[in-house]
Amino acid sequence: MVPRFWRKIKYRYDLKGSYCENCGNYHYPPRNFCPVCRRRGRVKEVELPDEGRVLSYTIIREGEPCIVALIELDNGIRIISQLSCDPSEVEIGIRVRKAFRRYGEDGEEGIINYGTKFVPAN
Amino acid sequence: MVKEEVCMTGILSYGSYIPKFRIRVEEIARVWGEDAEKIKSGLGVYEKSVPGIDEDAATIAVEAAREAISRSKIDPSEIGAVFVGSESHPYAVKPTATIVGEAIGAGNEYFSADLEFACKAGSAGMQICYAMVKSGMIKYGLAIGADTSQARPGDALEYAAAAGGAAFIIGNNPIAEIEATYSYTSDTPDFWRRDLQPYPSHGGRFTGLPAYFRHVISAAKGLMERHDFKPEDFDYAVFHMPNAKFPVRAAKMLGFSSEQINPGLVVKAIGNTYSGSSLLGLCATLDIAEPDDRILLVSFGSGAGSDAFAIRVTDKIESYPREPAVWDKIERKVYVDYAIYLKHRRKIKA
Repeated sequence: MVPRFWRKIKYRYDLKGSYCENCGNYHYPPRNFCPVCRRRGRVKEVELPDEGRVLSYTIIREGEPCIVALIELDNGIRIISQLSCDPSEVEIGIRVRKAFRRYGEDGEEGIINYGTKFVPAN
Repeated sequence: MVKEEVCMTGILSYGSYIPKFRIRVEEIARVWGEDAEKIKSGLGVYEKSVPGIDEDAATIAVEAAREAISRSKIDPSEIGAVFVGSESHPYAVKPTATIVGEAIGAGNEYFSADLEFACKAGSAGMQICYAMVKSGMIKYGLAIGADTSQARPGDALEYAAAAGGAAFIIGNNPIAEIEATYSYTSDTPDFWRRDLQPYPSHGGRFTGLPAYFRHVISAAKGLMERHDFKPEDFDYAVFHMPNAKFPVRAAKMLGFSSEQINPGLVVKAIGNTYSGSSLLGLCATLDIAEPDDRILLVSFGSGAGSDAFAIRVTDKIESYPREPAVWDKIERKVYVDYAIYLKHRRKIKA
């Protein structure tokens, strides 16, 4: 668990995605390899915008409600992320911004996982 | 004149974070069968901030640091030191500061440590960064005070122990110059938490005169005597805020007026954010300060010690973005009841 989390720290902690200079596609989480251009792809790491809006969402009610949203960032990129707010605050179209939050922990003795979630912008 | 400008070291930028949840004194008093009016008039605290279920001192530190960085527009890879002061570091062993360094994109070449000195660990980080910038070791230093302070359910501390934090980027050509700093320290066991214990213990009334007042007054007087300042040389003063009574009394004892301390008296509305407390008061004061205003900051950490700073606001504050202000953040709130509060503090689990 620890190495797997550690490998993902970079793009979990912040919105670091990948951009293919050949086809102009963005990916988040980032790709090492462009799935569109394949070997012609020229992939580089880019920082994605901090804000966007909710295109759609679902609420997983297994224990503490968990809101998973499809978010369109301000440059048009669509990503999936968790929303940290009360389920009553979510609506399609609301503005959201990135926030640094706890994802969970590996039991009482394990590591604490942190990463990017989104919160209502105001 | 130009040379003098280049040598000025102080606060280049600041950021703050206050979780949106609040619990009222009435709600805590209801659970423990106490008289809310008596507590409110005794402490001068009306409600306190409560962290979200997915927030802790590390997430608060990151949010405050990110605001400071975005306001300053500096390249985070130029930050040469990251110090996080807290008494609620999420890990007993494993630094919060490296989580912050990674989340802000500081790279790997930075000096770093977690600091602990009860409520003054954040201001101690400011002093370290100030010294490192002044000596030329680093270009910018990031000092943070952040806490989700613990209190035993039913303890008097529970009415004030709150969550929040502030971050300061220390460097040259600042928006507020640190003109002088001075500390007063002694071995005074007024408040402590033993290893593996979930809640702190305190000496009750002993936390007043021999602890808070002795150190705060001595640090403020020591700074003023050594650097030839009088209370009237300061436009504003911020004292550590375990409650609203102590800083008001300290100000009176030193000869400061309520006008000088009111802008930074955030404790009434959010409680005692421990390592974030006096630093959030400083942020709220910087939010309204004008060029040439001078601010006295005196933190206090149990155990015990106080760090005093004379801070003079420069012309650079005029073009510095200060929105949203700390008092605006205080107003953005959602009230929770005692049961939700317990869940957010992870005292009850499904």
